[in-house]
Amino acid sequence: MTQFALVIDLNVCVGCHACVTSCKEWNTSGWAGPLADQNPYDGSPTGTFFNRVQTFEVGKFPQTETVHFPKSCLHCEEPPCVPVCPTGASYKRPDNGVVLVDYDKCIGCKYCSWACPYGARELDELQQVMKKCTLCIDRITDAKLSDRDRKPSCVLACPASARLFGDVHDPHSAVSIAIRERGGYQLMPEWGTQPSNHYLPRRKTVLHIDPDELTRIDNPLRKEDLTDYTGEETLDDVAW
Amino acid sequence: MHPAFSVIFLTTLIGAGQGLFLAMVTGQLYAIARFLPVQVDQFYAAGSLVALTLLIVGLFASFFHLGHPERAWRAATKWRTSWLAREVIVLPIVMALVFAYGALHWLGWTMPLFQLGESLKVDATLLFGLMGTVASFGLFVCTAMVYGGVRFIQEWHTPLTVANFLFLGAASGFMLAAAYSAYIGNPLVTFFGTWAVILTIAGLASRGAHLIRNAKLKHRSSIQTAIGIRHTAIMQKAQGATGGSFNTREFFHGQSQSTVEMMQRIFLVLVFPVPIVLVGAAYITASPTLPILAFIIQYLGLIAERWSFFAEAKHPQNLYYQSIA
Repeated sequence: MTQFALVIDLNVCVGCHACVTSCKEWNTSGWAGPLADQNPYDGSPTGTFFNRVQTFEVGKFPQTETVHFPKSCLHCEEPPCVPVCPTGASYKRPDNGVVLVDYDKCIGCKYCSWACPYGARELDELQQVMKKCTLCIDRITDAKLSDRDRKPSCVLACPASARLFGDVHDPHSAVSIAIRERGGYQLMPEWGTQPSNHYLPRRKTVLHIDPDELTRIDNPLRKEDLTDYTGEETLDDVAW
Repeated sequence: MHPAFSVIFLTTLIGAGQGLFLAMVTGQLYAIARFLPVQVDQFYAAGSLVALTLLIVGLFASFFHLGHPERAWRAATKWRTSWLAREVIVLPIVMALVFAYGALHWLGWTMPLFQLGESLKVDATLLFGLMGTVASFGLFVCTAMVYGGVRFIQEWHTPLTVANFLFLGAASGFMLAAAYSAYIGNPLVTFFGTWAVILTIAGLASRGAHLIRNAKLKHRSSIQTAIGIRHTAIMQKAQGATGGSFNTREFFHGQSQSTVEMMQRIFLVLVFPVPIVLVGAAYITASPTLPILAFIIQYLGLIAERWSFFAEAKHPQNLYYQSIA
């Protein structure tokens, strides 16, 4: 069985919000109607988004690092938002595992948003139905698109390639390999929701050099004391 | 969580309506057992009418919670998995049974259908009364489980939520029955008043236990598990929205901590001691107005109680919105 998902590399994300804007652009222009905004050019703009980038500062100055954290529906394997829906508007597609909302059946009771620990669902103030990331279902199921383009809009937009898209049930897919080999993890694993989306952790490449690696302690010239050695470091002591 | 008045009125009004209906049936059962004087049928009919009115007004209030009330009929489909769907089904069943119970009394269709044992004459009102009782208890469970069933909201995910809805709803209904009896000058006011006090004390026990439990509650999720970074010092710098979002509106009560504490003190005074004292005073002075006052004060207190119930609840998604949480 296929389970489409995103893998987001926090080591690479620079927090440019290109995924946010391209997601909004694609999904506000489609057949499902706009992602409505209120006061878009006014004092307190607010609106419906499928994807947002948050920023966290980890540590205390000066030992801090900035983590940009893209956040969207995680398309859980055990989606808690689906069984609570009284109308069946919220469902998980059996063929590719994408969690979707049928906007024609949704009554806007907001109950599914209470049942999502990640806050991935947003009520559209204009259409009064619950909305959430569809993984660009109209793109990823469109056979007319080329392989390169048959991906969610956010993945195509990311300039740093911090977002990977694929089938996490296929052990040979790029996303499965990334999760397996680069420490991919799930958010709030304590709830047993089995999110399909994974995050790749921050990684630092630290150069660790032992003194041994700089100085040849077994330098035969020094051992046999054949040189006029006066304590200073000579060229022979340095391992090139 | 954001306390929506539509839901506050829904749960408090139908709770009082169910409680009043239970009070009417209890009164009839006691009368059959000859513990109480038999009442005229109009007494039960008018009581059921008030109960039905409360249920209808509560249902009406609930529509304001929906984005698409015209599609509300769809909410009955997923009763296998959703407590909300179950509530949507059971509420009209309760309304129909309350209507049937009241109408049968009103029409005087109380000819015994059959007889059990020596003296128990079973008529249609008794059958509908018992069915309505079962349905009312079912509705209390469904309404409470809409909240208690959400395992992520740990403040709600406890059997105490069901106990609170049951006892507090029944208490306000019996209080209303006492007020109704006092208003028409019926001697049953002492009977209903006593039950109202017992149920109010039971409500105090369960709601008090709920408050103590929640004060000691340890949340399963933390900012560390929310973003998956193992560090004790994590500060949010941006929430991904300029003017807030659905997430910053729906899951926060938007009031200061002192307001939340004040609401808690208000409901602890208005729901429990004040109505009990008023009912006790009404018993001593045989006052016809004090039970009515007791019901009104307790109902206002229950609005504050339900507001607090929402404000107490901390949703794990709030971890992603640190500057509001």
